[in-house]
Amino acid sequence: MKLLRAILLRLATMSVTLIGAAVVVFFVIRIVPGNPIAMMLPPGASEDDIARLTAHYGLDKSIFEQFVIWLGGVFQGDFGTSISLRQPVMPLVLGRLPATMELAIFALVIAVVIGGAMALTGVRYRATRTETAIDVANGVGLSIPDFLWALILIVLFGVLMPVFHISGRISPSLDLPFVTQFYVFESIARLRFDLWWDLLKHMFMPALALAIPLAAIISQLLKQSLKETMHLDYVTLSRTKGYGENHVIVSEALPNAVLPTLTLIGVQFTFLIGGTVIIERLFSYEGLGNMAIDAVINRDLPLIQGIVIVFALLFTVINLIVDMTYALLNPRLRHA
Amino acid sequence: MKQISRRTVLKGSAAALAVTALAGPSLAQGIDELVIAYNVNLPSWDPTVGPSAVNPTIQGIYQSVFDQFILQQPDLSPAPGLLTEWGWNDDKTKVMMKVREGVTWHDGSPFTAEDVAWSLTRAADETTGNPIQFIWSTLGNIKAEGNMVTADVTRFEPTIFKWMYFLTGYVLPKAYYEKVGPEGFEAAPIGTGPYMVEKFERNAFVRLKANPNYWGGKPDFETVTIKFVTDAASRVAEIESGNSHVTLEMPYEEYDRLKGGDAIMGTDAPISDIGMIFLNDIEAMLDPNVRMAAAMAIDKKLIIDRLLSGYGVAIDTLQTPDYIAYDPAITVPHDPDKAKALLAESGFSPENPVKFKIQTTRGFKPKDYEIVQAIVGLWRNVGIEAEIEVYEIAKHFELRAADQLAPAAFYNWGNSVGDPTTSTGFAMFGPSPHSVWDGEDLVGKIGPLWGEADEDKRIAGWKEVDKYIAENALVIPLLQYVQPILHAPGVSVTPHASGALLPHLMKRAS
Repeated sequence: MKLLRAILLRLATMSVTLIGAAVVVFFVIRIVPGNPIAMMLPPGASEDDIARLTAHYGLDKSIFEQFVIWLGGVFQGDFGTSISLRQPVMPLVLGRLPATMELAIFALVIAVVIGGAMALTGVRYRATRTETAIDVANGVGLSIPDFLWALILIVLFGVLMPVFHISGRISPSLDLPFVTQFYVFESIARLRFDLWWDLLKHMFMPALALAIPLAAIISQLLKQSLKETMHLDYVTLSRTKGYGENHVIVSEALPNAVLPTLTLIGVQFTFLIGGTVIIERLFSYEGLGNMAIDAVINRDLPLIQGIVIVFALLFTVINLIVDMTYALLNPRLRHA
Repeated sequence: MKQISRRTVLKGSAAALAVTALAGPSLAQGIDELVIAYNVNLPSWDPTVGPSAVNPTIQGIYQSVFDQFILQQPDLSPAPGLLTEWGWNDDKTKVMMKVREGVTWHDGSPFTAEDVAWSLTRAADETTGNPIQFIWSTLGNIKAEGNMVTADVTRFEPTIFKWMYFLTGYVLPKAYYEKVGPEGFEAAPIGTGPYMVEKFERNAFVRLKANPNYWGGKPDFETVTIKFVTDAASRVAEIESGNSHVTLEMPYEEYDRLKGGDAIMGTDAPISDIGMIFLNDIEAMLDPNVRMAAAMAIDKKLIIDRLLSGYGVAIDTLQTPDYIAYDPAITVPHDPDKAKALLAESGFSPENPVKFKIQTTRGFKPKDYEIVQAIVGLWRNVGIEAEIEVYEIAKHFELRAADQLAPAAFYNWGNSVGDPTTSTGFAMFGPSPHSVWDGEDLVGKIGPLWGEADEDKRIAGWKEVDKYIAENALVIPLLQYVQPILHAPGVSVTPHASGALLPHLMKRAS
């Protein structure tokens, strides 16, 4: 019952957050310099032409009137029509969201696998050269931002040793039978492993670029948590029972040490999604981030609003899931 | 010495096999499917409405699928296209256009004069949102009869036929468009152009199939994939890795580095874009000595050589050598001593400099910020202290339309029809939202040229205007840009002076 109440409270908070985000984005993008009409003015346009185009896109009304009209549409599921793409905003945004989600999830998996493996190895071989090497690798991973990793990977595995695709989400020459935009999941469901392999070859470098900094964070935090846990009495007890070091680390220490890392992963996952904006641009990946940059360049106000709302919704949902997962995994909270 | 074990050899072999299996296409292979890494996304398939309709860079993709009313050749000159003949009647109250016969749309239906009349009428209709409607609306009562289209001239526009191979000057299929509507057209566009759209993934790529019935002859490459790779470093990686066969617009240093190799060739040619500095008639720019000193202090050749690796053509008017009203006799010399003397007349010197602001974008055009930095350095030597303000291009457009640019503002101007109306005219005519120079003298000189029916007189008039502008330093033209194109040796690329990269002009290299 308490859990249900907590969830309902969080949902109410989420609604307020989303409305706040909608208000802020609507007014902020109209305050910053540059408007879509100025962007499309041809040579020789007169004041009348500017007025005509302004009216055509409904920008001749006051900002408050525009907001009321837009909000009215939003409550009916109509987020407006993109100025540059000339299509309804929400289908456009929802059409691109799966690509970004697949990329982010793949990056998260890579980060967890690499970070987790490094942490466990570091603890297993603590106070040796291996741990020092892992600490150095963590430092390098953290000090280089994801977009620089992207460029390094492009040069290494795109140019010098062309193993992976540099741009796009899937090879243009392939026939796509997909009915959803979740290409990776659907290719597995259809047992089309040729498509799945092609998708992975396109996603690997952008996902790895996003994953490396997060993997370093996970590695650092998990290793620290594990090392602290390794000194606790129950771990010492399991050692005295004769269990091997690997068993002690994985089966005894890890379940307790992983909780702070889990919370961190949740928070960092939202940052990782934010990072997709520039990474998708570098790899010409057809996700929401790439679309967001074009929308900003073209001052496509309805599209910017739609993308920000969807990102805000995504972030709040992820935070909710993380909190719930933490509550379920932590016995102290679960039984509270 | 360390011994190589059998296990090491096996590991190495497995890794090599994996790399080979994963590797992308090789440059050494023959080209079956031409892949182009393009520098912009394609937001919309309708080439007559919305922001993409007036984006010069996108026109290359549009012209692969759609035909314009009149064909524009690589040297910017017009040639018979869907219209084979065009012109006015003697008193210029009507226009007549003869439509090519035997052309078909991509769906196999016949192209007719009705399509031309409908496209012109639609472009002139202000409810469709065509940004160039103000030009198309100078034609009215547009009618098709047989293979002829006629229209009344509601306001004489000497450049109307030039617009027919410029922005939004495309012929769309009347029957198909009316049948499928705007959304259906976005989903499955058809034209009469050299390529047909086979597959389109927004923000990713468009795959084109050669139109076997193209009136201009079937293109050389059966399939062309245009990838939208907006980041310059990624485009360089695309061509360097062999994932793409052609790409354009990369830093000149990268162009020079790559073009000399065996695997990649380079093509560079001047295009119709120019770099210039708008002068707003406010503050220090009201002083003619300051303006002329600012113009004379700039060593354009030095800037081109040092910053653009020599890729550029210095210009002294807003006309490039390819434009119809270009006059090589109009020059503004680089003369720092004269600049100093002019400033001294107004009481300024390096010790007591005249101060104003110059605005520029950073990264919008090649080395834009660095060019302005160099200019500010050259100005400092003669007694001008300019403060640089960096802004986004969107802000530039907004400030220019509101006549609120700083006293000096760097910008690039495109004019792919090469007419003086669309360069000097729109950039310098005070009432135009693109001009920030409001001097009545200039407005009086340009005004009569808008409707001048005598072509020789019109061009001579624009040359006079350019001379007046240069003598009074009302704007500072800097350079004509050169477009770098990198391509695989198996492709022969014909550059187009408009800057459009056109797949149907690419051939298999022998």
